[in-house]
Formats: sequence, structure tokens, C-alpha cells
Amino acid sequence: MSRKSQKEIENVNQKDKKSRRKAEKAARKEERRGNAQVLIITYCVVAVFLGMIGYLVYFMAVDADEVINNPYNKRQELLAKRIVRGTIYSSDKKVLAKTEKGKDGSEKRYYPYNDVFCHAVGRVDNSMTGVELSQCYPLLTSHSNPLKQLINIFRGEKSQGDSVITTLDAGLQKTAYDALGGYKGAVVALEPSTGKILTMLSKPDYDPNTVLQEWDELVEDSEDNSALLNRATQGLYPPGSTFKIMTAMEYIMENKEMYKKYRYICDGSDSFEGNNINCYGGESHGALDLKNSFAKSCNTSFANIGVGLNISSFRKLCERFGFNKKIKLGFENNKSSFVLDNKSDKGEIVQTAIGQGKTQITPMFNAMITSALANNGEMMRPYIVDHTENEAGRVVKQYNPDSMGQIVDKSVAEIMKRLMKEVVNSGTGTSLSGMSYRVAGKTGSAEFDEEGTSHAWFVGFAPADNPKIAVSIVVEGAGTGSQYAIPIAKKMFEEYLG
Amino acid sequence: MDKQKAAQKLMDIFGDMNFIGVFHSILVESSKYIIIFLFAIYTWHCFTVFIGKDKDRKEKVYKKQKRIMYIIHFICSLVLFLNSLDMKILVFYLLQLAFLIFVGKAYPYVYEGMSKIVLNNMLMLLMIGFIMIERLSLTNVTRQMMFAAGISLVGLFIPYLIEKFKYFDRFGWFYAVIGILLLALVFVIGKEMYGARNWIKIGGFALQPSEFVKIIFVFFAAALLAKSTEFHDVVKVTIVAAIHVLILVAEKDLGAALIFFITYLVILYVATQNIIYFGAGLGAGMAAAVIAYHLFTHVQNRVIAWRDPWSTIAKQGYQVAQSLFAIGTGGWFGMGLGEGMPNKIPVAESDFIFSALCEELGAFFGICLILVEISCFIMFINISLKMTRRFYKLTALGLSVEYVFQVFLTIGGVTKFIPSTGVTLPLVSYGGSSVISTIILFSIIQGMYVLDEKEESS
Repeated sequence: MSRKSQKEIENVNQKDKKSRRKAEKAARKEERRGNAQVLIITYCVVAVFLGMIGYLVYFMAVDADEVINNPYNKRQELLAKRIVRGTIYSSDKKVLAKTEKGKDGSEKRYYPYNDVFCHAVGRVDNSMTGVELSQCYPLLTSHSNPLKQLINIFRGEKSQGDSVITTLDAGLQKTAYDALGGYKGAVVALEPSTGKILTMLSKPDYDPNTVLQEWDELVEDSEDNSALLNRATQGLYPPGSTFKIMTAMEYIMENKEMYKKYRYICDGSDSFEGNNINCYGGESHGALDLKNSFAKSCNTSFANIGVGLNISSFRKLCERFGFNKKIKLGFENNKSSFVLDNKSDKGEIVQTAIGQGKTQITPMFNAMITSALANNGEMMRPYIVDHTENEAGRVVKQYNPDSMGQIVDKSVAEIMKRLMKEVVNSGTGTSLSGMSYRVAGKTGSAEFDEEGTSHAWFVGFAPADNPKIAVSIVVEGAGTGSQYAIPIAKKMFEEYLG
Repeated sequence: MDKQKAAQKLMDIFGDMNFIGVFHSILVESSKYIIIFLFAIYTWHCFTVFIGKDKDRKEKVYKKQKRIMYIIHFICSLVLFLNSLDMKILVFYLLQLAFLIFVGKAYPYVYEGMSKIVLNNMLMLLMIGFIMIERLSLTNVTRQMMFAAGISLVGLFIPYLIEKFKYFDRFGWFYAVIGILLLALVFVIGKEMYGARNWIKIGGFALQPSEFVKIIFVFFAAALLAKSTEFHDVVKVTIVAAIHVLILVAEKDLGAALIFFITYLVILYVATQNIIYFGAGLGAGMAAAVIAYHLFTHVQNRVIAWRDPWSTIAKQGYQVAQSLFAIGTGGWFGMGLGEGMPNKIPVAESDFIFSALCEELGAFFGICLILVEISCFIMFINISLKMTRRFYKLTALGLSVEYVFQVFLTIGGVTKFIPSTGVTLPLVSYGGSSVISTIILFSIIQGMYVLDEKEESS
């Protein structure tokens, strides 16, 4: 064999090897084709699933407690088989509702104050309401010693559910209850700096101890009492002159420093583009500035102010406070409404400015407005449960004050406070001036029919310089605020502040 | 009610000395913690078994997983038995045990070199399903066991079938014709159930053709796209795939329509390696979803229920709200087997079985379950990556995506992570069509893997 041919064979061999390697490489490449994409897809899938697990963990840790506390969740019956429903207390540890065991082992929910807390604390029988509803699952959850619970399970006995300590002041609620007497109406008291609900009262009422026996009567409601309705949060009333707070505030915000120069001469009645406005009882207030107009609650002067307001900015202000919005309170409440817009005619505007017209407000929301002004313009979300605790008194869940934001500047709130102090100083609220601390507020008489009968309103707070309590009181069909609502406020301030 | 009867029975037998009652309450209370603990160990092994190369250790881990499965099965069955003192439950226990042991032994024999983790997971999920369905309804579990046992026997022949028909990838268009015909069949002889017209009745059995077409559909897409990814071919295949999806939308079977759609997109993406196809498809899908939302009230209802079930709780939001009540009230550790109210959740035994499981066995158990499902998917993908033949690779991929996306739709739906679409949790939910198609799906992936290994070595 010649050297040449040998070399050729080697060459061919090498070429063969090369091409084979190439083919193998191509095959492997072909095999792996798309694997990068498969991996991308896999990573995406794993990420989405981890997200789903994270979501589930979040749901269990944060949302679940609130979610399951729903009347549509029927598992309360299941929990009630293992757990004795917990006790509801006032902030000063008076029992408002507790479960008592009869001799035959049957359980009965007992309300020591009978009617007094029927709307605030609510009932268990015939569809839960109030705190009984909003805290249904916490009351049926036990954070007692786990060992003790285990022993109870083995013994076939029930464990004690957690207690709910409300923000309600039993003494204050009782005072308000007695003061409102036989009138229909509602009373709300808030702590301005926190939003704690100190009092929430609505009349007519019912006794939750005997609600089962009286149920048919209550539902039939032949005397038109709607005793089952919580007027404090669900009752929509015309705000009357208490709404002048909003009108005055808008005027001040539109006329920064100039508002002090406001002048008006009241003759007891005036006409605004054909719309006649009268002062209460036809009284003529004479020459007025803004302060006097507010203190004396002069309708014509406020109608005059209303005519000059920028309506869209007025609506914005009202909505910032919470008109036309569903406010999240953790219990049933209705939306207060303010209907003016750029298309509204002058007649409607002047009526609205003095608190008549189509404006509607709940006593709770009126309390929130007053409380926000008392708290330098920062609105605190009202809440009724302070904390829950286990059998041994260890706190399970503490509810903290929740700010709904700085609704108006501190300076504006300051001016409003001054106006409201003047009401007590020299205006319609002078009967509150003799107390050991200063009180600020605004009265109102909201006419609701042609005959001129009116709901008596008072909103206010005390002490005016360091507000500890803000109240909102409405007495249905009684007359003027100074005559019927202020006395209730006075008793409440005396009870709460001494 | 059953419980009271059971307690009465005990009283009759033992008089006041109700020590079985005490034993029962201790068992129920402690079992939920034990079950979660065992299931967590099992899940842990699903992910850690691949660390290291020691084959003996791996075998040991597989065996340990099986033991855990048997123990959980035993505890749950014991609790269920003591809850009702119904002898049927003992019989079911023995039958299920026999099934688990038989499949556990026979499959590795037929499917040489199969992934034992996948087999363990398949049996574990079936077992969990048996227990929960049994707790909800004894008649349903009988049927479920029949279906599972029957199809598992068929599954033993799948590797053989695959080997016989090596030319599975030659019938691309044929698969499409069969699939579309089967899907369209419900328009002719279909029955409307649970708001979707996607059932046909044969004898006493209600079948969901879409569950089976799901598999044929993957064959169709994989076969044709493995052959050619030229633009005009892709267009043709996509049009036919879209017809499948549109038929499902017309049947109001939203869940299935979504599964088909996403699966096709993924196959297309991997086959063409072109992200533009994927992006365009996704965009078209979203546009279609928006149109569907405006056209169909049943789509709107699902979205309403998802965004805010609470304000529509009496109507659209009812199902989702009940599901969240169940999961939330059950808490991390659950109410205990037989101690909850899973029957308050509509269709708890099928679409909402995850919520029923969470309610009674706890959210921790639910999370472990999700992790086991992920483990299954990763194993499938692993198989797909190893495949050498393009058709096999795409088929394995398509089937894995179908599986995992269905898990996502059902668990995401019942937890309000996404709008609920009414699909079953594979292997766990009650439903003949679902169990049958999922076991076939598992078997095909494993079978292809075995075959591919053989072809490679020859």
C-alpha cells in the first residue's frame, strides 16, 4: 500500500469522525430544542402557584376572621356546640350580654340592661344584630388554655368563648336613655380623638330578652314605631340648622380672610330670586356678621351665604366628609346624602344652605362631622369594640383607632370651633353656658312636614378646648333643638365629665 | 344526625361507660394534627428526594412515602368509621387499601423505570379523594372507586398500546376530526348540568366528552407542530385549535375552553420557540375574554362573584362565599374529619373539594396538597425535557400543562384567587370522566417516557 493511499484513508476516517460528531451534535441540539422554552413555562407555573399559596396564607392570616363573621356562614351552630358564647361588656366592665345556663343544661342569652342596649349590643334570637352579629365568631371562639379546652372536649363539656369589651359607656348610655324619655329619636356620643362609640341609642326600642315572644308584634309594627330599626345609623333625617356647620365651613374656605368682613341685615325674612326664606318664628336678628349669623342660626343670612357659594366645591367638601358615600363602620348604616350640583336651581340651593331641602343625614354621621371638627379636622372611624379577651382576661385582639384622614385644615377646624363656642356663649345654646367647662355646638330644628313640626337637633362637644366627648342628638317631632335636644346633651356632659 | 345515632348505639353497647366516645373525641382532635404532620413529611420528600444520587436512599424514601399514605388512610378511615359506626366504611377501607397496594406494585412492573414519585402522588391524591368523597357521600365513593379501579386496570395496557402504535404522530388531522366531532356531539345528545351543556348520558353514566378530547387535542397539536412550524402550517393548526375552543365556549364550558386555549399556546410556543406567537395568542385570548364578558351573562356572573362575593352573596357570590367560609372557619388545622359543614358548599364533592378538605383537615393540609400538585407537574416537565422525540416531548408538555392549569383553575377559583370556572381537582374530585381522563393522562406521560428510554437505548 502506498503511503499516499494510507494517508487518504486516514483523511477519510477523520472526515467521517468529524461528520459523525457533527451529526451527534446536531441530534443533541435537536433534542434540546425547545427545552429553554419549557423551562421558562415551568418557572412561570411555579411562580404562579407560589403566588397562590401566598394568597391563601394571607387570606388565612389576615382576612379569614372577618370573612367568616357573616350571617350566611352557618358554621356558628357548629361552634356553638363546642363553645359557650362569650360575654359582652361595656368599657367599664359592666355585663351587657351573657349566656346563662339553666338547670336543665339549656342556654339562654341574658341582657341585664333590657332595652337600653338593644340596638348597640343587638340580639341573638331572630337574626343577629349589633355587636352580637359583628362579633359573632369571636364570641364563639375560645382562646382559653388549650389544655383546658382539650380536657373539656374529652369530658364532653363546652369551653368558654372569648369576651368582647365594647367602647360603650354603660352609665352614659343609661343617662341618655333616661333623658330621651318617651320620645322617638337617637343619641350618639363619640370620643373625638379615637372614634370610640361611647353611646349609641335609638328609640323606640325593644327588650332583647323577650324578643322571641314579642317578635310578631315588632314586625307587624301597628303603631309605626320601627323599633327594630337602629335610628342612630340607619335613620335618615333632614339635618336642619346643624347643616349650617357645612355651609359656614364652605364659606370660610372660599373667603379665607374675608369671611370676617361678612355683613348682613336680617329682617326676619328675605327673598332670593323669588324664594322666600323666613327666620325661625319670624324673628329679625338685625345686623349680623358670620359669627352672629351662626350663633343665632339666622336662616336668611345663611340663605344669603348659600346663594354666593361655589356649588361644585361645596359638594366636594361635603363628599370629603362622607356625604353620598357608604362609610365602613362594621355595622348596618345608611348613606347620608347631599344632592346639590351645578344644575341645581337657586330655590334648592338656599333651602340646602339652611339645612332643609333634600339633604339627609344619620345621627351617627352628624356625630362624625362634629367629632372631626373637635379633633382639629381629623376624622376618626367610629368603632364599638375595644378588644376581645379570653376567659383569663388576656387580650386576644385589640382594635385600634383608625384615622379617616385630615378632612379639613386645622385652621378651618379652629374657626369652626370658635363659631360653635359662640352658639353656647350668646346664641341658641346658652343653656349650656353655666357649666364648669366650655361647651361648643350647634342646634337645629328640622322641619319635616307642612305643619311646621320639627325634629330637634343638637350636635356639640365638651370641653370645648380639650374635647373628650362629641354628641349628636335628634328628638323626633319635638320642636326646637334648644328646648328638647340640649337638655339631653347637658345631662350627658354632666354624667361623662362631671 | 348520624352522630347521634352512633352515640346511641355506643350507649346501648357499653352503657354509661362510654370509653369509645372518649377515644373517638381524642382521636378526632389529635388526628388532624397527626395527619397534617405526616402529610408535611410526605410533601417534604417530594422535593428533597432528588438531592444526591444514592439509589438505595431514594428507594427508601419512596417506601416511606407509601407508608405515610397507608397511615393517613388508616387514621382517616378509622375516624370516619367511629363517626358513623357504619360497617360499609370498613369494607371500603379494605377495598381502597387493596387498590392502593395493587396499583403501587403493578405499575412499576409494567412501566419500567417510571417515576415513583409520580406514582406515589397519583395514589396519594386518589386516596385523599376517596376519604373526602366517602365523608360526603357513601354512594358517590362507591362509583369513584369503581371508576378508579377500572381505569387503572386499563392503564396497565397503555405502555403496550403505545409500543404497538409507534406511529401515533402520523394522525394529526384525524385527531382533530375525532376531537371536534366528540365535542360537537353534546349539541346533538347533550345534557345541561351545572349551567354548562357539556355532558352526554350513556346508560346510567354522565360523561363529559371534553375530558377525553383534552387528551386527543394534545396529540393533534403535538403531532402537527412537531412535523412543521412553517407559518402557513401554524396558521392552519391554530384555526383548527380555535374551533375546539369556540365549541367549548358555546357549550358554556369556560374552564375547559381556557385549558384548551392555554395548552395550545404553550405547545405552540415550545414548538416554534417564538415568543411572538405566544404573545399574540395571549393578546387575542384577552380580547376574546373581554368580548365574552360583554356578551355572556354567565361570564359576568363569575367575574361579579370573584370581585365581590359579599354584596352578591344571595346570588352570584353564594358558591365562592360558602367556599371561603369553609376554608376560613376550618382554620390552619381544620375542624376535624366529620366535624365541619362541607355540605353547605355547593358541589363540595367535585369542583369545591379543595374547600371541603381545607375545612376539615386544615389550611396547612391544603397548602401541602398544592405543593404535591406542583411536584407532579415538575416531574412531568422533567420527563418532557428528557424526551428525544419531538412528538413525545410536545405531548408530555401539553398534558402536563393541561394538568397543572386545571389544578390552578380549581384551587384558584375556590380560594377567590381568580374567578371560578367550574373545573374539577384532578384525581381528588368526584367525577368519573375526570378520574378516568387524569389517570390516562398520567399513564400516557409515563408510558411515553418508558418507550422513549427504550428507543434511545436500542
